[in-house]
Amino acid sequence: MTALGQPNLALARRRWRLPAPATFALVPALAVLTAFWILPLLQLIALGTQHRDGPSSAYWQVLSSAQYLGSLAQTCTLAVVVTAAALLIGAVVGCFLARQRFWGRSALVALLTFPLAFPGVVVGFLVILLGGRQGLAASVGLSVFGQRWVFAYSLIGLFIGYLYFSIPRVILTVMAACETLDRSLEEAARSLGARPWRVVLDVIVPGLAPALVSCGAICFATAMGAFGTAFTLGTQLNVTPVAIYNTFTNYANFAMAAALSVVLGAITWAALLLARRLIRQTGATL
Amino acid sequence: MKRTAGFYGRLLFVLLVCAFMLVPVLMSLLAGLTRNYFQGVVASGLTLGWLLQVWAAYADTVWLSLRLAVACAVGVVMIGVPAAYALVRMNNRFSRAFEELMVLPVAMPGLASALALLLTYGQYGAFRGSWLFILVGHVIFTLPFLVRPVMAVMQRQHLPVLEEAAASLGAGPLQRFFTVVVPNSRAGILAGVLMVVTLSLGEFNLTWMLHTPMTKTLPVGLADSYASARLEVASAYTVIFLLLIVPLLIALQAINHHLARGDRP
Repeated sequence: MTALGQPNLALARRRWRLPAPATFALVPALAVLTAFWILPLLQLIALGTQHRDGPSSAYWQVLSSAQYLGSLAQTCTLAVVVTAAALLIGAVVGCFLARQRFWGRSALVALLTFPLAFPGVVVGFLVILLGGRQGLAASVGLSVFGQRWVFAYSLIGLFIGYLYFSIPRVILTVMAACETLDRSLEEAARSLGARPWRVVLDVIVPGLAPALVSCGAICFATAMGAFGTAFTLGTQLNVTPVAIYNTFTNYANFAMAAALSVVLGAITWAALLLARRLIRQTGATL
Repeated sequence: MKRTAGFYGRLLFVLLVCAFMLVPVLMSLLAGLTRNYFQGVVASGLTLGWLLQVWAAYADTVWLSLRLAVACAVGVVMIGVPAAYALVRMNNRFSRAFEELMVLPVAMPGLASALALLLTYGQYGAFRGSWLFILVGHVIFTLPFLVRPVMAVMQRQHLPVLEEAAASLGAGPLQRFFTVVVPNSRAGILAGVLMVVTLSLGEFNLTWMLHTPMTKTLPVGLADSYASARLEVASAYTVIFLLLIVPLLIALQAINHHLARGDRP
């Protein structure tokens, strides 16, 4: 009995002695987050329940207005399309770079991942250099087909900009995930006579699925909230971050801006939660 | 190894994607050094004049951004390293809830976070007008980017074992934290600090809402120049930004490579 009792006592004492200072170490971060994140967020949520013009709360005005709903739908669609395209391109490139060894590979990896840290405004400017009135596409189109191709200031420009900062993220994630794949599964499939595309669909894609889902969710979240790119390309684009900005600065409608922000944040957050649930499910079945 | 047609096909695709990433950056470099971009490089020649003009007009935004980035890194290290330690040690329901809370500002659109800060603290004029207001936003936004790598390193270094050894030799909690925990997680701290500095230098979504005409950061100045200045000036300004950020990114890649191999620096 004593032999059993003593380690338990020691364990209990250790549990008491060690975690207490560790908990204190969390206090500064908790204080900063409470003061500058939780309180402002609660304030934002509360402000959205107010109303300025009309009897209903700003949330209700957002959810019943065709203009705001259309903007939200457009933002979501754009984010979904960008995420899908970035996942497709990034997965092909990432798998290739993770698997193949050739001269200049690490330089390619470095070049492909730099844009990850470019701010949205800079990406917007780069899109203007590509597809603006004096851009590359305009001069190429002018010299070859006799007409300027200008797409920077439309949804296509926004799509290209979002793609520009999403692809590096997917490449990095896929490269890391590819390293952990069990290659013997692919060899087994191949030796059983599977065609190359079947190996990709049945072995590689399921193996990469958790990484792709989590990265896709982050790409979606980034595209939903990206303001800098749209701001550079022109504020007449009807995406929600720009709508929030216009509501706040041009119309000084704080309640409406708060409500729109909360709805946009809620959609983004829901997407991230959904992705995490999906990963947990696939993790259980695999 | 024998290269098949499939290999070259995919290599071509990778190179095309790389061109998509690289060509606009090179164009910006070229435009920033060209005397008159609309006439072309060949017709008008190269110049450093735009870079000098940008530096004369916007140098203060560069200094403010650097000051913000350094202050942000210091602040995030001061609250983030203890927090990472606490989260690794606690590892219970409360610490996981805290992690969720900490990551939320990254998931939320930056504009929404900035709006929340502005509506809560905007009425305190002195605070609103100072660069500390932007600093607060940057600290909240970049905190998880330091805590995550530090936690990863702490978990890998068998910290509880080392710490227990130190405790059995009579080291108190503070002594253990500064002589065992911090030195053993320095690779993670370095990676986190580089990431925080990089993000802070490029942060726009929050900063655009939080800045005042007296507190313009580099990305805010960039947005100004994109909206109003001529293409060469905007390009030259972008080049200055890239000169600041690319060395940081190279260092970040090197340290992450190091961490991925599991070495200790």
